[in-house]
Amino acid sequence: MKNGRVVRVASGQGFWGDWLEAPVRQVRDGHVDYLMMDYLAEVTMSIMQKQKSRNPEAGYARDFVPLMERILPDIADKGVRVVTNAGGVNPRGCAEAVVEAARRIKLSRKLRIAVVSGDDMMGRLDDLIARGHPLKDMETGRPLASIRDKVLSANAYLGMRPIVEALRRGADIVITGRVTDTGLTLGPLFHEFGWDFEDWDKVAAGTVAGHIIECGAQSSGGNLLKDWRKVRGLENPGFPIVEATADGNFVITKHPKTGGVVNVASVTEQLVYEMGDPHTYITPDGTADFTSIQLQQAGKDKVKVSGITGGPKTPFLKVSIAWFYGYKAVGTLVYSWPEAYEKARAADKILRGRLKALGLEFEQILTEYVGVDATHGTLAGAPPADLAEVQLRVGVRAREKAPVERFTREIAPLVLTGPPSVTGFAGGRPQVEEIVAYWPALVDRNEIEPQVRVDLLEV
Amino acid sequence: MTMATRRKAPKAKAARSRAKATARPSARPPVRLQLRWLAHARSGDKGDTANVGLIALKPEWYPILVKEVTRARVSRHFKGMVTGVDRFELPNLNALNFLLHGALDGGGTISLKTDAQGKVYSTALLRMEISVPGAIAREAMR
Repeated sequence: MKNGRVVRVASGQGFWGDWLEAPVRQVRDGHVDYLMMDYLAEVTMSIMQKQKSRNPEAGYARDFVPLMERILPDIADKGVRVVTNAGGVNPRGCAEAVVEAARRIKLSRKLRIAVVSGDDMMGRLDDLIARGHPLKDMETGRPLASIRDKVLSANAYLGMRPIVEALRRGADIVITGRVTDTGLTLGPLFHEFGWDFEDWDKVAAGTVAGHIIECGAQSSGGNLLKDWRKVRGLENPGFPIVEATADGNFVITKHPKTGGVVNVASVTEQLVYEMGDPHTYITPDGTADFTSIQLQQAGKDKVKVSGITGGPKTPFLKVSIAWFYGYKAVGTLVYSWPEAYEKARAADKILRGRLKALGLEFEQILTEYVGVDATHGTLAGAPPADLAEVQLRVGVRAREKAPVERFTREIAPLVLTGPPSVTGFAGGRPQVEEIVAYWPALVDRNEIEPQVRVDLLEV
Repeated sequence: MTMATRRKAPKAKAARSRAKATARPSARPPVRLQLRWLAHARSGDKGDTANVGLIALKPEWYPILVKEVTRARVSRHFKGMVTGVDRFELPNLNALNFLLHGALDGGGTISLKTDAQGKVYSTALLRMEISVPGAIAREAMR
């Protein structure tokens, strides 16, 4: 394997709900070897678990199937391989739906789809707790037993290994459940370059590459604060691409003639996004030291990334547990000049008085004045006297549904029974939302890894 | 870079003491400047903690951030909004990373805040004012 060979991994989705055209353009507008697509946020798994409980064939990112229907001919022609965690809590169901799609469009070429499973721990929680795994909340230290009956989903974060195995066995498309965002990039790189799984600097390099592209265009000009006015062409944002070589160095770039920008600032902003202790960025595959990363502009829309070092993996895997917490609702009204802020504050006082008189009990009532303090709190200072308008935004949260339900009926009456110059209530009564909370825990990796499976489907 | 600042810092100090001693109009005291002119930033969340990555707009300004944007000052800046602050240095990226604990009103799906995931906490830090030499302030505002 020559050091000069370049492997190109393209980011197609930064989250479930990202720009639908991105993966299509990544495949059509230039050469890439792999298309990686991250669909899973922390709470997504519980939404999928709920869908699956209603319909055993559901429980994955449904958008992925029509998308594959669009790009299957292109990826088959060009030999682009797809790696995604769109499988959610039902990767097999997702893979079968893609098989259906391939049949529908009468794809001429043979297609191998790998299904990675074994991350779902829902059926094993009681056994694990009974055998002395407390699955304590990493933030509060409480044992899972204290909320066991409220758990909606539990999935271990898997690393790159099953993806590497799937690619070795010839998979064109790899569909996983809860594999880490970074694993989706690490897998292709380790497969292509045959790196040793215990070459920790290579693991760290692939992890950093994965972190840079896992949020889609957020590293290629989207949501970029530095010189934001100078970022052009976001009507057609170029999503990021990793160009990696066997030495572990790589370049971040995007296709020519796309909008956005790849520069040291855009990559740095993404590197610090959701950062904890930069010395130890922990993944199932190893740890990366973000203080070792060297960035260098290597041409237009090309940033060279080098020097990355890392350390061994830990004996644990992180577990993403979702549990039912309670209910919340948010009501809003807009008050106009003159004295907009004063009117909104008076309305809040009246509303709180009525909630109290009704004897409703909430865990919290939070009032924000959008246009005054919603994003920066008191740091924003006093609003100008001639403020054109302000949105009153009141949120409530309770363990029981009844008080939240009643709160949603107390917003509209303020229009005719409160301060004047009020509008913006056409959307109707606020919705009561169920709160699904996140419970991060650790589990011994030996409890999970032997159960991980890679199955191949062929079309 | 570090060398240059080490040279600059005592100079600025000397200028300040000269200004005190003689109040000459030519001596330029340091000026207060919002971080928005010296740094860009991005933030995200982990549970009830918001992180803010603060990146110097020019590499030569990174040592100013290291010196002026201390953990204690950031705690004061966010007084009443956070329960604790950690700071990490990334000289390789000319960046500081701040963890703002208890910033998100419970965080994630529990929080009732507009910015429940701390996406714009970064800009709240950019409001903070620090002392910089007059020449740097002029360059930054240009």
